[in-house]
Amino acid sequence: MSAVSTTLVGDRKREAGIGESPPRPDGVPKVTGEFAFSSDLWHDRMLWGGTLRSPHPSARIRSVDIGPAMAMAGVYTVLTHADVPGAATYGLEHPDQPVLAADVVRYEGEPVAIVAADHPETARRALAAIVVDYEITEPLVDPSLAEAAPPIHPDGNLLRRIHLRHGDPAAADRNDLVVVEGTYEVGMQDQAFLGPESGLAVPAEDGGVELYVATQWLHVDRDQVAACLGLDPGLVRLTLAGVGGAFGAREDLSLHVHLCLLALHTGRPVKMVYGREESFHGHVHRHPAKLWYRHHADTDGTLVRVEARLLFDGGSYASSSGAVIANATCFAAGPYRVPSADVEGIVVRTNNPPCGAMRGFGAVQTCMAHEAQMDRLAGALGMDPIELRLHNALTPGDRLITGQVVTGTLPVAEVIRTCAGSPSAATRPDQPMSRPGGAGRTADATHVVRGEALAVGFKNLMFSEGFDDSSEARCELQDGVATITCACAEVGQGFVTLAQQIAREVLSVEEVVLAPVETATIGSAGSTSASRQTWMSGGAVQMACEEVRTTLLVRMAAEYDVPVDDLVLADGRVCSLSGSLDVDLTTATIEPVTADVVHRHAPTFPLDADGQGNAHVSFAVSAHRAIVDVDPDLGLVKVVELTTSQDVGRILNPTQALGQLEGGAAQGLGLAVMEEVQVVDGRIRNASFTDYLVPTALDMPPVRVAALIEQPEPGAPFGAKGIGEPPTISSTAAIVAAVRRATGLDLPRVPVRPADIALADAAPRGAR
Amino acid sequence: MTGPYGLTVNGHRHEIADGWVGESLLFVLRERLGLPGSKNACEEGECGSCTVRLDDQLVCSCLVLAAAAADRSVTTVEGLSASHEADGLLSDVQQAFVDAGAVQCGFCTPGLLMAVDDLLNHYPDPDDLTVREAISGNLCRCTGYGRILDAVDRAASARREAQT
Repeated sequence: MSAVSTTLVGDRKREAGIGESPPRPDGVPKVTGEFAFSSDLWHDRMLWGGTLRSPHPSARIRSVDIGPAMAMAGVYTVLTHADVPGAATYGLEHPDQPVLAADVVRYEGEPVAIVAADHPETARRALAAIVVDYEITEPLVDPSLAEAAPPIHPDGNLLRRIHLRHGDPAAADRNDLVVVEGTYEVGMQDQAFLGPESGLAVPAEDGGVELYVATQWLHVDRDQVAACLGLDPGLVRLTLAGVGGAFGAREDLSLHVHLCLLALHTGRPVKMVYGREESFHGHVHRHPAKLWYRHHADTDGTLVRVEARLLFDGGSYASSSGAVIANATCFAAGPYRVPSADVEGIVVRTNNPPCGAMRGFGAVQTCMAHEAQMDRLAGALGMDPIELRLHNALTPGDRLITGQVVTGTLPVAEVIRTCAGSPSAATRPDQPMSRPGGAGRTADATHVVRGEALAVGFKNLMFSEGFDDSSEARCELQDGVATITCACAEVGQGFVTLAQQIAREVLSVEEVVLAPVETATIGSAGSTSASRQTWMSGGAVQMACEEVRTTLLVRMAAEYDVPVDDLVLADGRVCSLSGSLDVDLTTATIEPVTADVVHRHAPTFPLDADGQGNAHVSFAVSAHRAIVDVDPDLGLVKVVELTTSQDVGRILNPTQALGQLEGGAAQGLGLAVMEEVQVVDGRIRNASFTDYLVPTALDMPPVRVAALIEQPEPGAPFGAKGIGEPPTISSTAAIVAAVRRATGLDLPRVPVRPADIALADAAPRGAR
Repeated sequence: MTGPYGLTVNGHRHEIADGWVGESLLFVLRERLGLPGSKNACEEGECGSCTVRLDDQLVCSCLVLAAAAADRSVTTVEGLSASHEADGLLSDVQQAFVDAGAVQCGFCTPGLLMAVDDLLNHYPDPDDLTVREAISGNLCRCTGYGRILDAVDRAASARREAQT
């Protein structure tokens, strides 16, 4: 088997197979409370770990005195940078982040020391007893000053610059074009997964360590942890503990190395659980961004050229900033034909909190801007904004601004048409509770204004720019039961359900067992991110199962002396079409059949010096239409209805797909009107769920699915595209556009804050 | 350390012999009694994932000192199915969450189950806004609440049918 199959085995639907919505296998343990999340772990003789963090965004460390902490009863060890035996730094793309700060701290919350104690309260008191002498330095907090500022890190302040140049640079040197220009801003969003960073490390007799942790990518964690511990990667064995959501925030290491260090030093199992405030400091966030755009179009609306300057604040360490800015740059113009483009994407280092992966990964920021530009252009042209989008919509065979030709499916126009054409069910709320202001019942119904707008989002699927992106899966079929081993991290998205569905579909089995997810038993599945696991690990499972099926049929053909082409697997039996053979699968697989495959998607290539190249393997597009009510007096917004269409390739599990569309839209709503990590002078001011507002059931409107556009994608298992990220991309842009429509304000920034609306006409006057 | 005290959880009596007085009910349930079903998402009373029933009142167990719950009756998610007749089966609300696809990562699920169970005890046939308000103290980051609202509908129907 060399490739995934994009079609079903037969026409007939298999029970709980592809296209069905069987219950997820972890559903029952999750509703009974038995499912073990990473914070639920417990071990005999277990100690509690804690982390001392810098209170300053920028400082030199003159000294650290752990003596008072070490002297406390119940404290087993206190460790600093001097106790890190291997690499002092780690990182997803560049190892630039210290395990524990040595002589400098570069963000508020940077880990400086760690303790292990007999009780979390003892650990907290021990942390408070550590004396750190800081020499506070002026933090670099303005990303626009970062490149010119003295470097705050040996690797410099520029994390990555991409200058994309496409087509004729003089294309817009005409005076008959319509030109619109705008500057936009996106605030820092937090993934706000509910299950805080947590894990358990257990020292092993062979000198290694077992780490049970919630993560998105076990093997890349293992390699970084092993390097920092100075251990052979085989001695660091990771097992996926129950993951309470991820959304990008678990791609980077957090407490992994700390836990292992404490366990190895004390010789005891150590558990660590971040509190919510610590969690806000303990993981990367979505990059805040400033985006300048200029669109040039013919008077009939045909886009001629797009120029953009994108400045992303990467915060203090690189994380995945390089890949984020690549995405932002490549998809800066949206899913439209743009023959000429000049896009400069820059991501810099500052003393703000580190930023990295979050659902949508660079395309969220640019979507908000390119869609605002499309609306602005429609206004300047006197054209319907949906017509303008349809007029410029990319289709297969078109070129992106990276020069890459779209060879797969890309139903941009279909997504726009179905979403725009879907009837609305929105009514005027009769209850005050449903108006802007909600439970506060503040809105005067006669003042409330309504707006409606549509936005389109565009993003790559899977890893790009030549990354060797793979997933390994093993299938063993014995006694009629299929066992699937794959290191794909289940973070809530439902891969566990899909893996079972795929195995049932291919092997016609009922029972599919999923082996524990760990590094010791199988190779990497890659990251649960970039909307890639259905394709990558789903594809690997499909290929492994197909290989098992083939091997079994060949074996049966030889055993019973029938032509292999005469044999089929159906209804849990191996049968010959001629009727001469009919053996149930349980009997047929007393002797097990096993296959192990590594699945890779088609290769991609780096971007050249002009940001050109076949850097991506597949794309997805989505549209949202938002209807909002706005209370202009208080600047409050109620999103009344969201309607969406999405390019999905093929739906493998309708209920889970719906869950992705609804959940992604909720995160997009959050960024549009309420969610922002507020950073002042390098300090997070709202590191709690009291002050960082996540949408509640009262904030979320119904999400109506206008259409799931099923055009099977070449190279994808059963033709299925990843669907996790697009719902987060276009929803924010649609909501803010609807608020603009309702208020007539420019609103170039998300999240839209009450003052942006209520005080828009009340600019303060200088004192006289 | 504090003096020994008793806790009654899901009908079972426990003695806490060597607890520290500052421990929350959530901590004691999770770390001393081996009942980690109640979750620790914020530990500041904002997310609802630690919701338990204390006597007949819903509380955030992160905000209740364990010693203050002494000699009161605590019901956690682990006690939800046991409170229903059919032994070993899921409760109506639990079953509805599984059937509706209301569970993704599942971290908010125990708290939501407690909140919905309590809602249906008081309002057998709640309208949409009543449901939304009742669960607005329970944050979910995965689902956008759509399948959860569907699960509440299913559970309400099942409970009404069971009672007629």
